[in-house]
Amino acid sequence: MSDYLKEIISGTWSLFVGLGITIRYFFQPVVTVQYPHQTLPMTPRFRGHIELVKNEETGGTKCLVCGMCEKACPSNCITVRGEKREGVKGKVLTEYILDFTKCSLCGLCVESCTPSAITFSKDYNLAGVSKEAYIFDLKKRLEAKN
Amino acid sequence: MSALIQSQANETFVLNLGPQHPATHGVLRVKLTMDGEYIVEAEPVLGYIHRMHEKMGENRTWAQFLPNTGRMDYLHALAFNHGYVSLVERAAGLTVPERAEYLRVITSELNRVSSHLLWFGAFILDLGGFSPLLYAFDDREHILDLLESVTGSRLTYCYFRFGGVYNDIDDNFVPGARAFIKRLRERMPMYHNLVTKNIILMKRLQEVGPISAEMCRKYGATGPVCRGSGINFDVRKHEPYSIYPEMDFEVPVYEQGDSMARYMVRMDEIEQSLRIVEQALDKLPEGPVMAEKVPKILKPPKGDYYHAVETARGSFGVRAVSDGSNTPYRLKLRSPTFSNLSLFGEACRGMLLPDALALMGSLDLVIPEIDR
Amino acid sequence: MQVDPEIIRLLAFLVGVIAFAALNAAYLVWLERKEAAHIQRRIGPKEVGPFGLLQPLVDGIKLMTKQLIVPAGVDPVLFKIAPILVMVPAIMSFVTIPFSETLVARKLDLGLLVIFAFASVNVLGLLLGAWGSRNKYAVISAARVVSQNVAYEIPMLVTVVTLVMISGTMNLSEIVGLQMGGFWHWNILNLAASPLMPVAFLIFFICMLAETNRAPFDMAEAESELVAGAFTEYSGMGFGVFFMGEYANIVIGASVATILFLGGWDCPFGLFPGVHWFLIKMYFLIFTVIWIRWTFPRTTFYGLLNLSWKILIPISFVNLILTSAMLKVF
Repeated sequence: MSDYLKEIISGTWSLFVGLGITIRYFFQPVVTVQYPHQTLPMTPRFRGHIELVKNEETGGTKCLVCGMCEKACPSNCITVRGEKREGVKGKVLTEYILDFTKCSLCGLCVESCTPSAITFSKDYNLAGVSKEAYIFDLKKRLEAKN
Repeated sequence: MSALIQSQANETFVLNLGPQHPATHGVLRVKLTMDGEYIVEAEPVLGYIHRMHEKMGENRTWAQFLPNTGRMDYLHALAFNHGYVSLVERAAGLTVPERAEYLRVITSELNRVSSHLLWFGAFILDLGGFSPLLYAFDDREHILDLLESVTGSRLTYCYFRFGGVYNDIDDNFVPGARAFIKRLRERMPMYHNLVTKNIILMKRLQEVGPISAEMCRKYGATGPVCRGSGINFDVRKHEPYSIYPEMDFEVPVYEQGDSMARYMVRMDEIEQSLRIVEQALDKLPEGPVMAEKVPKILKPPKGDYYHAVETARGSFGVRAVSDGSNTPYRLKLRSPTFSNLSLFGEACRGMLLPDALALMGSLDLVIPEIDR
Repeated sequence: MQVDPEIIRLLAFLVGVIAFAALNAAYLVWLERKEAAHIQRRIGPKEVGPFGLLQPLVDGIKLMTKQLIVPAGVDPVLFKIAPILVMVPAIMSFVTIPFSETLVARKLDLGLLVIFAFASVNVLGLLLGAWGSRNKYAVISAARVVSQNVAYEIPMLVTVVTLVMISGTMNLSEIVGLQMGGFWHWNILNLAASPLMPVAFLIFFICMLAETNRAPFDMAEAESELVAGAFTEYSGMGFGVFFMGEYANIVIGASVATILFLGGWDCPFGLFPGVHWFLIKMYFLIFTVIWIRWTFPRTTFYGLLNLSWKILIPISFVNLILTSAMLKVF
């Protein structure tokens, strides 16, 4: 009999304690950020899709068209094409296609690049309406940015 | 007359808890044979999200398989990373610098805390309480922000590499992590007051879904499921790896075997993980985060290798058979939740349906990990 | 032609009551979403109108434009009548509720009995709707709701009988009249009549939550264990009417609790009694109902019945015997 009463009293008390906690949170400020009216800054290491790094000296890219990133990618998203131009040592990059529909942002391509020609971007607003919008040509994007 | 009696005796019907679940478990289908309100038989049907990770392992180089490890159990992805990376290091004989080991353990334990917080929220949501989910997600956001500043991703991390980690932490990580530990320690009494001691929840979980130690051994259940039934087995203590032998922490074990015991095991594990992170932050040495001589094309010697790690759900084992080339010959992934779920069929016989759902929630299922 | 002013008054009241019930049903949804949001430390609806105040209107338009699907094989009469059977008794109960000394449609001598009579019709509506839907799971769910309602009506009525014994009348306006003059006269603190009075209020409140199918006793709507609840086959405005009926029931329950225990339109310090105090107390109780929903998990069906038969009924009977003993002795 006393167990029964004790359980009722302790049970009811636990309910009131729970109510006290939620009402305390009711009066505290909200913790959400009202996107898209407010946005948060991205951390420096954020992994957006990759982009080519601008070569400050030549104005182009640092890419040597060695194809290491193409071989390292597990999902076969990267296609690199270059050509030999006269007077220029080594190959010159003509096309760098990233198929972002398959990319898993693992970072193996960035890690395998010896001259550090590619890096992660901070792009996260990537809504689009067609699949073709996600086949990026990184060289064109670099030229458009500058 | 006898036909009438016979039809009354076999009056069972099949209820399909379909792949589209009202709860947050994933695509799991359970065929329940019910006698009125009671479950006579339950048969989980798997395979709705089978993505052939083991086959992909045979067609990718050792390094190219790394992103797959993060996608299996996306809630504790770093532990799965850890298991695979430790296996390849064991096979190829690489040594990992101290700082990298410490960083691995710190990030992996923080990920364990975030996985347990999400389980807590989703479990209480299954039982009908909506608010604790959002409080848990508030805390989880801090962990995700911390790990994002280190690794760059919020959920499916691909941070570990053979011989170390991808990059070093920045200056804000250690103070941020310490502030988070302090914050979560202050919030844990709130969770216990709001949820654990609540009489409604106690009635809902105590003596519901009993799993005996015998049943755990029969099906090979590990992790909080076996620790909630009295079996003291934690891979970090009994088959130690990385720097866990130097960490001072306890393994919570509860004897009762009901859903409440499994719940308490996980809540205590959050506290123990915070202890490990604290000690590791204190002892964090300086140094490189990547071993020096790691070959670009890794070709481990021929042989059969196995490594197990303790994830939030149990013991994750990776077995690799290498034939000396740059891709594995066979990669076998032992999923802890698969073994945990297989005891559901036997454990829920004779239970009421809401009790069976509470049992399933307390097993902490992540279906993509079962189906790989 | 001389029109009886009483008829005009009644008509005005009818319109007012229906408007009050409809506005409440719409804006209680807004209150629930905002309150749930702030408990969970986020902002609720905010885009549609200032503070999201136009959100219920937009939701109502959405519900009205949905197709009213009537599945083949349902019982046409029962299926269509059930939502009305749930909504009408709630609105009818407003007839006897005194919002202040003068703001009452009809001062019925059996006002309390009328309200509880209409509450039982509500349960009938739910069962007929589930039966008419010709859906196995809806029937099982509705059967559970009926047994839940029956189980919780008993402690509620026993508590109300206790109050009637103390007040000596079933006329709601007179019950409030006996509590005027400051909060120490209110029935909840009327320890001279029975030392278990606050407990009686708690029992009445819990029974009110169970009668209106609110969490933590919301088997009928939220527990999707049996695939669906009692309203599965209803879409669009049919569901909307059930929903409005539920919120109207909450308003009725809160007003009855205010009248019986918290002194109706009385000011806590006896200064300026009026309809505003009634509304403040009623909305405070509704706020508490919503607060409870977003804090606690659900009970199982058997836990719910155990709570009623093994805990609430014994305590309410003890209260009844204690009250009658004290009335006899003192």
